[in-house]
Amino acid sequence: MTSLTVPGPLAATPGSGWRKTKDRIATTVIYACVLVALVPLVWLLWTVVSRGLRGITGDGWFTGSQRGLTYRDAGGGALHAIVGTLEQVALCTVISVPIALLVAIYLVEYGRGPLARATTFMVDILTGIPSIVAALFIYAVFVTSFSGQRAGWLVSLALVMLMIPVVVRTTEEMLRLVPNELREASYALGVPKWKTIVKIVLPTAMSGIMTGIVLGVARVAGETAPLLVLVGYSPNDNNNLFSGPQGSLPGMIKDQFGNLGSTTILRGGHKVSVHYAADRMWAAALTLILLVMALNLLARLIASRSKVSS
Amino acid sequence: MAKRIDARNLNIYYGKFLAVADVDFTIAPRSVTAFIGPSGCGKSTVLRTINRMHEVIAGATVQGELLLDGEDIYGADVDPVNVRRTIGMVFQRPNPFPTMSIYDNVAAGLKLQASRMKRSDLDVVVEKSLRAANLWDEVKDRLAKPGAGLSGGQQQRLCIARAIAVEPQVLLMDEPCSALDPISTLAIEDLIQSLKQKYTIVIVTHNMQQAARVSERTAFFNLAGVGKPGQLVEIDDTQKIFSNPRERRTEDYISGRFG
Repeated sequence: MTSLTVPGPLAATPGSGWRKTKDRIATTVIYACVLVALVPLVWLLWTVVSRGLRGITGDGWFTGSQRGLTYRDAGGGALHAIVGTLEQVALCTVISVPIALLVAIYLVEYGRGPLARATTFMVDILTGIPSIVAALFIYAVFVTSFSGQRAGWLVSLALVMLMIPVVVRTTEEMLRLVPNELREASYALGVPKWKTIVKIVLPTAMSGIMTGIVLGVARVAGETAPLLVLVGYSPNDNNNLFSGPQGSLPGMIKDQFGNLGSTTILRGGHKVSVHYAADRMWAAALTLILLVMALNLLARLIASRSKVSS
Repeated sequence: MAKRIDARNLNIYYGKFLAVADVDFTIAPRSVTAFIGPSGCGKSTVLRTINRMHEVIAGATVQGELLLDGEDIYGADVDPVNVRRTIGMVFQRPNPFPTMSIYDNVAAGLKLQASRMKRSDLDVVVEKSLRAANLWDEVKDRLAKPGAGLSGGQQQRLCIARAIAVEPQVLLMDEPCSALDPISTLAIEDLIQSLKQKYTIVIVTHNMQQAARVSERTAFFNLAGVGKPGQLVEIDDTQKIFSNPRERRTEDYISGRFG
């Protein structure tokens, strides 16, 4: 007797070979897309790190300024620019975060009807405002109308308009992710609504809110248009946010870029051509990236401490 | 300290939609009352009106009177926050606060109600509440660990401990065992038996055996018809409801002929 094996219902059917092929094609395409997306990112990081490393490890990078230096001079530091950027971004953050958090809380916890819809609409519009327009607006209000002087704090004000929508959006998303059951649990304990928001909702969403704030900081720290319009650039130390031209990292990058040039020096008995300004430009770019990264890490640290680890 | 609840001509709306119509009942202090009925008949809605949690949902309103020891909790000068301090609630799904430790979860009500308490007093309340919720022995060595790390049954007992830590006079339970396994369910049911010495308890359940086991009085809710509001069909002693109900509809539901 020969036994015939009858193909069971689980055996491969004629169509399943094609299905596996489709699966392989889709997998390949997805991995290829990931690679394509990664290439420019890695390339950019590599370029900035490889060209900027020499500059930021040089003497006095974190202690000196660019006072009196031209593209023919070596060295100099970025302290004036780091201080300027930190001050401007710090003032911007201090103004933006409370406003943005309150707007987001209003939209998620209280907002009903036309006012909420109008607010959402305005935030949407604000998200799309180019930084140069925000800068011109601040210039028109404070310099033209009130005949004020250009200074660092005006940059902060322009950046506020760029930062608020970013923080509102992310905070809104994070607050909506907090399950309603937690709010109800708190109400059922006889906790008033405002306290429920402050003590239950915000802490639960805190790590996400922190990420949103860092995104906002990263967005504004590299803005250049408001600097050009509202404060200019100074190669000298100026720690005063309220008076005079001030250095900043994007300003420094732009300044060095505008003065690129090579100079010839003697090194070991040979004439070599060096590019001091280009080195400093890349070093300033790397410093800006490191600054944003450091803020990111700091925010994550704060967020992870504010929450019980689970 | 447990209080009596009277509902008179209660009509509950979501916007213009009448969800539950014309409910009358009396719940005696220090008793367990079970609300049973098919899904969507409004028993959870009625439960949530008892501590004004109903109005947390936008557009939800209530007509009629709901009296707590004779005082209308929907009176014009009554603060819903105070109502909820007096009438605690345990929800269907365990919902400990994820950012808080076991200790802080139990203490949350007291801490957030703005009453400043000494740490030592708070310790006493936390231990008392966890003991009352039959959870103390299981968690006493890890009070600082997150409440979300407990098992589902433990989390639900944690939520009960949290609810009784503020010393309410009534405890509402909205299907507290529906997300739990039989052993955790048994633990909660034992707990209900010991809690009724001190509190007036109202429990919504889909499980008729549970209603028969834990309650003294049972209220049967049903829809008056498709698209019509829910109504209270009858409320009586649990034994009578399950052996010899007044209404034919109750008997049909309990014997499994519909729903």
